Amino acid sequence: MKLKKTLFAAISLAFAATAAQADINVGVVVSATGPAASLGIPEKNTLALMPTTIGGEKINYIVLDDASDTTTAVKNMRKLVSEDKVDVVIGSTISPNSLAMIDVAAESQTPMISMAASSRIVEPVDEKRRWVFKTPQNDAQMSTAIVEHMTDNGVKTVGFIGFADAYGEGWFEQFKSVAEARGLKIVANERFNRTDTSVTGQVLKLMSARPDAMFIAGSGTPAALPQKALVERGWKGKVYQTHGVANNDFLRVCGKDCEGTFLPAGPVLVADQLPADNPVKKSAMEYIAKYEAAHGKGSVSTFGAHAWDAGVLMQAAVPEALKKAKPGTAEFRAAMRDALEGLKEVAGAHGIFNMSTTDHLGLDQRARVMVQIQGGAWKLAK
Amino acid sequence: MDLQIALILGQDGITNGSIYALLALALVLVFAVTRVIFIPQGEFVAYGALTLAMMVNGNVPATIWLLIMAGVAVAAVDGYSALKAGQTRRLPAILGINVAYPLVLLGVLKMLPLAEMPLALQVLAALLVVVPMGPMMYRLVYQPIAEAPVLILLIVSVAAHVAMVGLGLVFFGAEGYRTPPFSEARFELGPMMITGQTIWVVLASLVLIVALALFFGRTLYGKALRATAINRTGARLMGISPALAGKLTFFLAALIGVLSGVLISPITTIYYDTGFLIGLKGFVGAIIGGLASYPIAAAGAVLVGLLEAFSSFWASAYKEVIVFTLIIPVLLWRSLKSHHLEEEE
Repeated sequence: MKLKKTLFAAISLAFAATAAQADINVGVVVSATGPAASLGIPEKNTLALMPTTIGGEKINYIVLDDASDTTTAVKNMRKLVSEDKVDVVIGSTISPNSLAMIDVAAESQTPMISMAASSRIVEPVDEKRRWVFKTPQNDAQMSTAIVEHMTDNGVKTVGFIGFADAYGEGWFEQFKSVAEARGLKIVANERFNRTDTSVTGQVLKLMSARPDAMFIAGSGTPAALPQKALVERGWKGKVYQTHGVANNDFLRVCGKDCEGTFLPAGPVLVADQLPADNPVKKSAMEYIAKYEAAHGKGSVSTFGAHAWDAGVLMQAAVPEALKKAKPGTAEFRAAMRDALEGLKEVAGAHGIFNMSTTDHLGLDQRARVMVQIQGGAWKLAK
Repeated sequence: MDLQIALILGQDGITNGSIYALLALALVLVFAVTRVIFIPQGEFVAYGALTLAMMVNGNVPATIWLLIMAGVAVAAVDGYSALKAGQTRRLPAILGINVAYPLVLLGVLKMLPLAEMPLALQVLAALLVVVPMGPMMYRLVYQPIAEAPVLILLIVSVAAHVAMVGLGLVFFGAEGYRTPPFSEARFELGPMMITGQTIWVVLASLVLIVALALFFGRTLYGKALRATAINRTGARLMGISPALAGKLTFFLAALIGVLSGVLISPITTIYYDTGFLIGLKGFVGAIIGGLASYPIAAAGAVLVGLLEAFSSFWASAYKEVIVFTLIIPVLLWRSLKSHHLEEEE
């Protein structure tokens, strides 16, 4: 009898204690398995490095895996807002999942910070997207960087080869509009599949159009195949890739055939080579130091840094929101949203964020640099 | 398109087509002997290539653990039935082949300086690790249902394929690998440049095809397989064990798959799930041969390779569509031309 009473007392005390603390609950949806795992895993690793207390409040991270699957992502999002009553959601890793989660975010009035690239996640900022923010640069920004670099270096005509899916198509649209505006001519437009074993046909077609440079719009290790085929056929000109290849596996697979390739990337990729006065350098170096301390030298990737930036935004917004409301309430979520929208000059690993009512990405030209592959490593190009 | 481009595309198509031809032959062989449509054939390509890649990078290939697990399972199943039949004499052999062999292999691989070995030895080690999985797979997956209708065998094949792709992701990770080429040589032949690897692929395929022809024509085991392919019941009445025929067939299929993987991994990047698409193109070749004729299947597979190369030049976005649409006129032609075969039950 006595034991029962003490037990009861202890349990009620425990409940009282959690209620009084009113922690901030952060829901995370990340693609740690499935086809996007190579992006999701560094993001998941990064979550472990994020702050556990902000403004004196304890932060609870509730991490769910969506297996790169859209339905699971939405299911996870619903679980987070209805069962765990989260104050803010970070996720998901890829664009289709993030786009599908917008509805739930708007419905439940929960601020959401996506780690996916598509500009459609935050543009235009309408009634639904009021609640949605994102950290990765838009493809349009990266396209502009490539086109600028091409025209600055005397490239007049370019051959395009991209994935035969939404990724390649999206890049072609973006790239074409920017290129046309700047008088750069696309003389060949080819497609290949991620699973292709040979791209000789496409490469011959590209080379017979005799462009000044080639642009390969692929991501990860599959993007190495066209470049190897180009080199095999004796292509000596410039080759451009997208920031989708900025991981070490790409360097391993492509080897010496990728020597001299140009690509746009977030500054975090070459953080240690940035000039000391670069505003992004300090925050990028901080992230790299933390990640490499936990996972070993050279393990850092640009994808994990998108998760880090989501954490940076949250860290900047929470103290503002705490002034207005208590965590766990609808008022707090609204205050959190307002705080995120009002962020100014917040330095993340990928750039400086300046949010506004019309811009929920907030990155500018400081969020990208041109990088060249030299000696099997990423080098800042100028 | 000028002559030079056509020649380069033709060379590319024949290189890939040779690999598809090997796979088509393996598919025809497996179907003829066991009536299994062997969808996991492509996985042996990927496993072979990636096992080699892991050794080139100096790691003990994770596939050895699958070999050990499968070996233990086979030993348990075979050992149990041997005990039930009172054949205790067979136990040492069962344990030796299925349990001791993988464990010894693991020990040897752990001791060897894998990354420094010559490529030929690495290829041999990859063969030793992956090929035995073929007969083990037959014992565990197909032998218990050997008499089932073709549809059930097909469904089981799909299951085995999905399981192997999933395990492949666990073993090798999501990123692709390439292995060093067998030869760095390049030859100028008129307007063409031929790489050493291309010659290796085409020659190895030809040698393998001739070897298979000799095996079926000249050896007792080969003749037994042919007999099983022609008439299963009759072959059994003549004392040919269907289980042995099945295991032998799967051994050959796995051998062909792994060799194909080893041959193409220097040409292209191989992922844990690449095998399926390569296998599927071999399957188109096998279908052109009606899953019965070896020469037509091989020719069909080369045709697939050439079609792929030329369509990638003319309409790269629709390449796969063009290749797989080829199967429709072929099926139409076959169904009009051939008399309908009743399924023997």
